[in-house]
Amino acid sequence: MILHELIDFEVLRVIWWLLLGVLLIGFALTDGFDMGVGALLPFVAKTDLERRVAINTVGPVWEGNQVWFILGGGAIFAAWPPLYAVSFSGFYMAMFLILAALILRPVAFKYRSKRDGVRWRQTWDWALFIGGAVPALIFGVAVGNVLQGVPFRFTEDLMPLYEGSFFGLLNPFALLTGLTSLAMLIMHGGAWLSLKADGVVGERARVYGSYAAAGSLLGFLLAGLWLAIGLDGYAFTSPSVTDGPSNPLFSEVAKGGSWLAAYAERPWIAIAPVLGIVGAVLTFLGLRAGREVSTLLSSKLAIFGMISSVGLTMFPFILPSSIDPKSSLTVWDSSSSHLTLFVMLVATVIFMPLILAYTAWVYKVLWGKVTEEEVRSNTDTVY
Amino acid sequence: MDLDVVELSRLQFAMTAMYHFLFVPLTLGLSIIIAIMETVYVMTNRLIWRQMTKFWGTLFGINFVLGVATGITMEFQFGMNWSYYSHYVGDVFGAPLAVEGLMAFFLEATFVGLFFFGWDKLSKVGHLTVTWLVAIGSNFSALWILIANGWMQNPVGAQFNPLSMRMEMTSFYDVVFNEVAQAKFVHTVSAGYVTAAVFVLGVSAWYLLKERHTELARRSIAVAASFGLASALSVVVLGDESGYSVTHSQKMKLAAIEAMWETEPAPASFTAFGFPDQEARETHYAIHIPYAMGLIGTRSLTEEIPGIAELVEDAETRIRSGIIAYGALMDIRKDPKHAPADATALFEQHGKDLGFAYLLKRYVDDPRDATEADIAKAAEDTVPTVWPLFWAFRIMVGLGFAFIGVMAYFFFVASFKKMTFPRPALYLAVIMIPAPWIAAELGWFVAEYGRQPWTVDGVLPTALSVSHLSITQVAITLAGFIALYSVLFLIEMGLMIKYIRKGPYLDVPETAGVSGSAPSASRAAPAAGLQPAE
Repeated sequence: MILHELIDFEVLRVIWWLLLGVLLIGFALTDGFDMGVGALLPFVAKTDLERRVAINTVGPVWEGNQVWFILGGGAIFAAWPPLYAVSFSGFYMAMFLILAALILRPVAFKYRSKRDGVRWRQTWDWALFIGGAVPALIFGVAVGNVLQGVPFRFTEDLMPLYEGSFFGLLNPFALLTGLTSLAMLIMHGGAWLSLKADGVVGERARVYGSYAAAGSLLGFLLAGLWLAIGLDGYAFTSPSVTDGPSNPLFSEVAKGGSWLAAYAERPWIAIAPVLGIVGAVLTFLGLRAGREVSTLLSSKLAIFGMISSVGLTMFPFILPSSIDPKSSLTVWDSSSSHLTLFVMLVATVIFMPLILAYTAWVYKVLWGKVTEEEVRSNTDTVY
Repeated sequence: MDLDVVELSRLQFAMTAMYHFLFVPLTLGLSIIIAIMETVYVMTNRLIWRQMTKFWGTLFGINFVLGVATGITMEFQFGMNWSYYSHYVGDVFGAPLAVEGLMAFFLEATFVGLFFFGWDKLSKVGHLTVTWLVAIGSNFSALWILIANGWMQNPVGAQFNPLSMRMEMTSFYDVVFNEVAQAKFVHTVSAGYVTAAVFVLGVSAWYLLKERHTELARRSIAVAASFGLASALSVVVLGDESGYSVTHSQKMKLAAIEAMWETEPAPASFTAFGFPDQEARETHYAIHIPYAMGLIGTRSLTEEIPGIAELVEDAETRIRSGIIAYGALMDIRKDPKHAPADATALFEQHGKDLGFAYLLKRYVDDPRDATEADIAKAAEDTVPTVWPLFWAFRIMVGLGFAFIGVMAYFFFVASFKKMTFPRPALYLAVIMIPAPWIAAELGWFVAEYGRQPWTVDGVLPTALSVSHLSITQVAITLAGFIALYSVLFLIEMGLMIKYIRKGPYLDVPETAGVSGSAPSASRAAPAAGLQPAE
């Protein structure tokens, strides 16, 4: 097949770097509010009926939302195999915790209302809380570690060796980014509940959501400050070949300088953190003022800005190695082959618009607030 | 290479994959059975069919969610426990997984919510469309997963790239239209349909025995038996199709399944029964059916099927060729940008056997240092343990024929005997419920264990595919999965039984007027009071 050479390898790599961002942001925008609702559940809903209202705001959609996460994993595997191999095996115990939480979550949604017992339901409420809060925290911890560099190296055969430990992941900077990520998704869950949940649940969600919006803003600013004064970046020391074979060991990389140097080189990327900050401020104000649709949109804006800040700051780095910078994974040396990237792009161009269209249709069908009355009168069919 | 980590990782993968496949086949088949029932409802307007759709839909939901939850483990585990595999073949293997997400899983998961929550929010045809989209999404999902798995059995459309040290795709078309993948797909989804049909049949038979919900049960049996008969025939016929394609790509697996120690003159006989003895390389008390194997395996009377001894010799030849390839690869790697022309030429000639050189890594670090004894041992390693394959295969096939018999019987009684099922037949249907799961798990066992010692046939040995993890790490996660999965299994079974005992929601009166008649007869005489509420 010669067709794939219509698009340069280098261009395809940048497209797939962008698509990776699209998938991760898509995940945070959709499944993010499911997780936020899970993490908020014990606080915004006290009685069983209130909890069912909160749960049923995401009941019909969490399954589709979660596919953003599955597809994100699949796309990392298919488009960035070395990233998939290094990060999933390196963060082994952390990934297991995420997995356990994400296994409990769907089951909790589905099984909670299938029996009446108080203990049964409370147990699943805990599962929903863990299934929301733990992944949200760990994803942020992972981002914090990626920014610092991760202790891995490749052998000559490109076998990844990871030399860190689980507790090494829990360093102060990573905990800061972890809490920021948690606050960000709680903010999003709060904005969602204020739109979708009727009555007292929505009101409480506005209060907690606004705290979380303030917290995520503060965390984001602190992390930025930390990047400016306390953390080294990474840079190529050999001329980067952008269309060569995907072998990280072919280039030279050194630790040093600041990640924020990217903003001097490409000043336009400052738009991302600005959007993140403006979004968080608007969400805070919107929740306080009780605006609904526009608040959910501003929460989305905040998430978009914050996540894309990380990607744009690090470009072209994806996963730097702290013990062997030469092994670092970048956009130019850790992608799939030219043909695979092309084939997958074609599949994405065909299916992504369809996915967005039918997802939008489903949300439209489900438009409107979930009320206690609705839950009570459909007690056998809703969650 | 830490062999304990390899073994534990294999155990974890086998356990999580087989657990995942407890839920998948029922999802595949039940989604279609439900869609059929709802189609009848929309076409006839008879509320009993809506009640059936909702009732089986509830059981579908309890099952579906665990399939989704445990599927996440499958996708993550390649990276977590098989990182060299992920690096080495991700370029080829990852693509179908990603397309699965885009094309199938999104469809299935987005609409499954509306299936449960959309009854009052959609028109009848709108809801039916949603149900069919869930069924189609589930089945497409299986297609792409089996394309990925088919590539592990028969790695076509890819080539090793010495510069990136991995397999890279050369033809997406070849990967998708891999004959092994296509045969596996139809065989696997058919097995899922049989599973669901046996499940619906068994649960309905239990209702008839208890004389509860008989209207729902009889109609469900009619659907399950006709759907199940077609599927049971297809699973055996198309299983034969995968038996045929296996001879091209995985001769060793076939030889092991058949305990064919030596090449026989064509057409080979089929060993119906016996006790394989790996040490002595013979099968005790064997009962042979003349010609059968040659006909199934090659569809000819003249083509030979190689036996295990011959295949070990082949492997030894390929290992020697692989050592040459490995040497050439090392020369290329010294200065990848200016590789010596002779090394490149040598690698082009022998590169396809590189995987066989990796088999030596169990014994020596550098395959070029291997002794004659190492080579002989590595060649011997290409023989999987025969007796479990021999027996697993035979039990699976036996069950496959049993399903045809049972489904044909129920189809006959449902169609021509006015649904008067004798009680022993109903008891048999109840007892049969676990059987399709046993057959399906054995089928996967044959497919995956039979591929050993490879993760990707002839390309990458299992022992080399694992992540660089400590034994403690893998032991912790293995114990964690066992604990979590056991608890969830008990909870799931408890809910299934509870909701089967509870029966359908009573939003439709039991149809008193038409009891005892076949659905074809009752459809002609709609009872009053059963007109839909909408």
